[in-house]
Amino acid sequence: MKIKFYIILLYAFFINLPAVAHHDEFNIFLIENSENIIKSSAKTVDPILRDIQSFDDEIVSRFLELWKSKSLFYIKDTKQVIIVNENNESFDALEIDGLTRIGNYSKKEIKKIKPNSGVRAKIDSLLVKYQISNSDINLRRKSLDSLKRNIQPEHLAVLQDAYINESDAELKTAIDRLLKFAIIKYSDSNDKKLEIIESFKGDTAIEIRASLNQLLNSSEVKVGLSLPDNKNIARIIVPGFTIKNSNGTSGTTNFFNEDVEISINDAYDRLYADNLVFKKRITPEELKKILEQNIIGNTVGGYSISSLDNEQSRIAAYNKLVVNNLAPPFISENQINEEVNKFIFYSVYNDTSSEVTNAALNTLASINFRVQIYKYIDLFIDGLSLASIYFLGAIGLAITFGVMRVINMAHGEFIMMGAYTGYVVQQFISNHTLSLLVALPLAFIITFIAGVIMERLVIRHLYRKPLDTLLATFGISIALQQIAKNIFGTQARPLTSPSWLDGSLSLSDDLSISYIRIAIFILSLIFLGLLLFVMNRTRLGLETRAVTQNPVMASNMGINPERINMLTFGFGSGIAGIAGIAIGLFSKVTSELGSEYIVQSFMTVVVGGVGNIWGTLAGASLIGFLQKFIEWFNPSNTLAAQTYMIIFIILFIQFRPKGIVALKGRAADD
Amino acid sequence: MTNSINDLLARHTLIFTIVVVIFSLFITFFSEPYGNGLISTSFVKTLGKTVCLCIIALAMDVVWGYCGILSLGHFAFFGLGGYMIGMWLMYERTAIIVQEAATNELLPLTETELSNAIGNQIFGVVGGYDIPSIWMFADSLGLQLILVITVPGILAFIFGWLAFRSRVTGVYLSILTQALTLALSLYLFQNDSGLRGNNGLSGLQNIPGIEYLGQEVISIGFFWASCVFLISIFLLFHSLMKSKFGLIITSIRDNETRVRFLGYNVEIYKLFIFVLTAIISSIAGALYYPQAGIINPAELAPIASIYLAVWVAIGGRGKLYGAIIGAAFVSLFSSWFTGGQAPNIPLGIFTIEWVNWWTVLLGFGFVIITIFSENGIIGFLRNIFVKEK
Repeated sequence: MKIKFYIILLYAFFINLPAVAHHDEFNIFLIENSENIIKSSAKTVDPILRDIQSFDDEIVSRFLELWKSKSLFYIKDTKQVIIVNENNESFDALEIDGLTRIGNYSKKEIKKIKPNSGVRAKIDSLLVKYQISNSDINLRRKSLDSLKRNIQPEHLAVLQDAYINESDAELKTAIDRLLKFAIIKYSDSNDKKLEIIESFKGDTAIEIRASLNQLLNSSEVKVGLSLPDNKNIARIIVPGFTIKNSNGTSGTTNFFNEDVEISINDAYDRLYADNLVFKKRITPEELKKILEQNIIGNTVGGYSISSLDNEQSRIAAYNKLVVNNLAPPFISENQINEEVNKFIFYSVYNDTSSEVTNAALNTLASINFRVQIYKYIDLFIDGLSLASIYFLGAIGLAITFGVMRVINMAHGEFIMMGAYTGYVVQQFISNHTLSLLVALPLAFIITFIAGVIMERLVIRHLYRKPLDTLLATFGISIALQQIAKNIFGTQARPLTSPSWLDGSLSLSDDLSISYIRIAIFILSLIFLGLLLFVMNRTRLGLETRAVTQNPVMASNMGINPERINMLTFGFGSGIAGIAGIAIGLFSKVTSELGSEYIVQSFMTVVVGGVGNIWGTLAGASLIGFLQKFIEWFNPSNTLAAQTYMIIFIILFIQFRPKGIVALKGRAADD
Repeated sequence: MTNSINDLLARHTLIFTIVVVIFSLFITFFSEPYGNGLISTSFVKTLGKTVCLCIIALAMDVVWGYCGILSLGHFAFFGLGGYMIGMWLMYERTAIIVQEAATNELLPLTETELSNAIGNQIFGVVGGYDIPSIWMFADSLGLQLILVITVPGILAFIFGWLAFRSRVTGVYLSILTQALTLALSLYLFQNDSGLRGNNGLSGLQNIPGIEYLGQEVISIGFFWASCVFLISIFLLFHSLMKSKFGLIITSIRDNETRVRFLGYNVEIYKLFIFVLTAIISSIAGALYYPQAGIINPAELAPIASIYLAVWVAIGGRGKLYGAIIGAAFVSLFSSWFTGGQAPNIPLGIFTIEWVNWWTVLLGFGFVIITIFSENGIIGFLRNIFVKEK
């Protein structure tokens, strides 16, 4: 049934093709070669695939397609190659054109032709030639994609033709690029190669770099008494010292301690394998084995066994065995070094032209320079988004700790509450955009209320005892965390961002910024603006500053300090709630979400300078950028980066105890 | 007046010593090897660990309750001590195992082979067999014991010197110490820290050389060692705080600026207390982890140090026995409640399961104590029983 469907599909594909002129000749060709088609192998198929190209394109491509897809059959008696149309229990045999009916056969009389994978690959590679010139643009695109994966020398001519005939502009550039890769890979003309390599300068596409790197593939380690003159030498290898660079040249081991290309011992073994030295190196394991084989009583070569617990005595005992012809001679480390130093180890480029490889090195260097710049930009953006995250986490603290001098260890839990609010709202409102719009004010309200309650019940009593405040709010923090754990469980809850925040802004192959990062950056800018506005331009901000600077005087002026403290604390907490939603969007929402940020947030405020919103911004920027910068040195280890970061902060505080932006004058008094 | 206070305090130390000794004897006579086995070995270990926690609580009380430095990093020193002793325990035990296995070999092992085999046993789990250079003293108990004292001591000295010199005080200092703890635990979490990353050190309960004694006897030994150390630290701190030095320390807590104006070098005093308590914490850790059997970086997390402050605050800071009572009760209660042994309270539609709700109770209870009774349980009891004059 499946086969039938497939045949029908093929019909639909080819039925409107013009009548096939060379049909008969093709049939004769098939009969002549039927044996090789039926039992094809990668070795025998080449002449058929060569000869078949003299026939009409349509027929050939159709035939190849059928052959490749295992849709061809043959009649066991006559060896005639056919296609079949399944008809109840029996099969209608048709000629390859699908029109001429030959007869009806039972299942036993016919057999499927199954080309093996080697043959199929060869068919495929020939088919490309037919597909890439097909009138259907989708087929052309598909064949180009398959070519990209597996391009062969014979495709050069095909691609050149296709390039000339291609009408679609986009496809034409794609073909042009592929053609360039094919030329670099397979062309014999160095001039052509040079021209193309030159044209790649400054293009940072990953496939171009891959193609150039491929051009710079070099041989395995070669060895000789001197360097050969007529070879395109890629690098000279110093055993136990140099490493292999990705562009085929050699370099020295650096800070990150890459492995050397070949160790001295391996180099010596290599010499031995190439018959350049005649004594085999005895490894410590072999030495031990031979010693063990020659144990007589309690001694080996006259040495007592118990004395053989170090390298020197083992070698001495072994040398005794050598003297008695019981073991092959031992090569000492010095001898190995000496022998290895007599030879020169090197590697040659697979491409024989030094002109081409030099040009490729050049172009690659210019590309890498540009890539490096992109990497710096990327690093900058990474730092910026980390700084925004820290800023978001710390901005609520900038008010409660920075302005009011109330240390709130439960601040992280307000962030967590905000994130869970976002999650819960999403359970009720399935439209993510709408739920976000609902969740943002709701998170503010909930954490505002929580903050006010906390201020009234706890913090109010402890205004003159900062250390007690720290501990009491820590008690609240662990209680809130555990409550969240009891309600929502320990597993992470998703806070899904709306679809318009998915994806990223792609600037090049190496440089893309996810929209969510941009959104967080913008959000933190909005927060900064909002906070500056509230603190500097509103009645609340004015009264807050008055109360923090001199509560008694403020109270004389008719300000109610209790009310202001309550509102300010609620405001700072509310902002933490909104930050929680932002943080929840890119990390999973767990009960520990807040505690992950709390230490860094305090650091941010302290480093920036207490009592100043600009300081918080500076602190967040410093910490964010610096952490990314440290990570950049050793990207595999973010834990170490955080460690060094914190140590830096500790040191920084020693030298600038008041932070980056220190308050001056009377406001600086504690 | 002064005399009567001194008498009272002198009596306190005597009472304390007697109570601890009687308690230790009591435990011993009901233990498995020396008594009727009413108290299981695992409970002896729990008690021994609690005694160690009381020691670090004492240290915390001195640095915070007496000197006013709210350090949120003393548990890191405790963990460091555990790591230092753990290195010897693990190395020596692995070495013994490797050497035992090597007796089947025809030739004795060379030093390289030995160290590779040991390295492979210890560091195979983090992918490697090179023994990091920080383990270079791990084969010597004496040197490693010196490290128990010097490593946290030097760390505390550097940190304290930097912090006190630039007059970082109060909340700032607390946050800095917390950051120090976080940095240390993050560093230890790495696989290439040389201390087996988040696997930590394990098998520490097997003490090389005396394994044949069995855990029952070893646990009693550690329990006694912890108690003796507790008594000596109590006496040390008691006499120290009673002396003129102690008076200056408490004055620094009450008004640092005035003490400075009186001509004292406040920084030196603070630094001394900070380093001394760090070293004592570290020794307590070195006693604790062989009883716990395993140490990993999570033990050093900042939260542990904050809990330490909570114990002291609940017990009553500024009083040595307050710290001990706080640490003993809260840690024992915590393991009782979170261990699932406490009876759940059914409230009709909702059942309070203590495994889940103990931390909530602890958190809020702690808030209440902080607000209403500055001196913790001790202060509360004193308010009731001792009439203020």
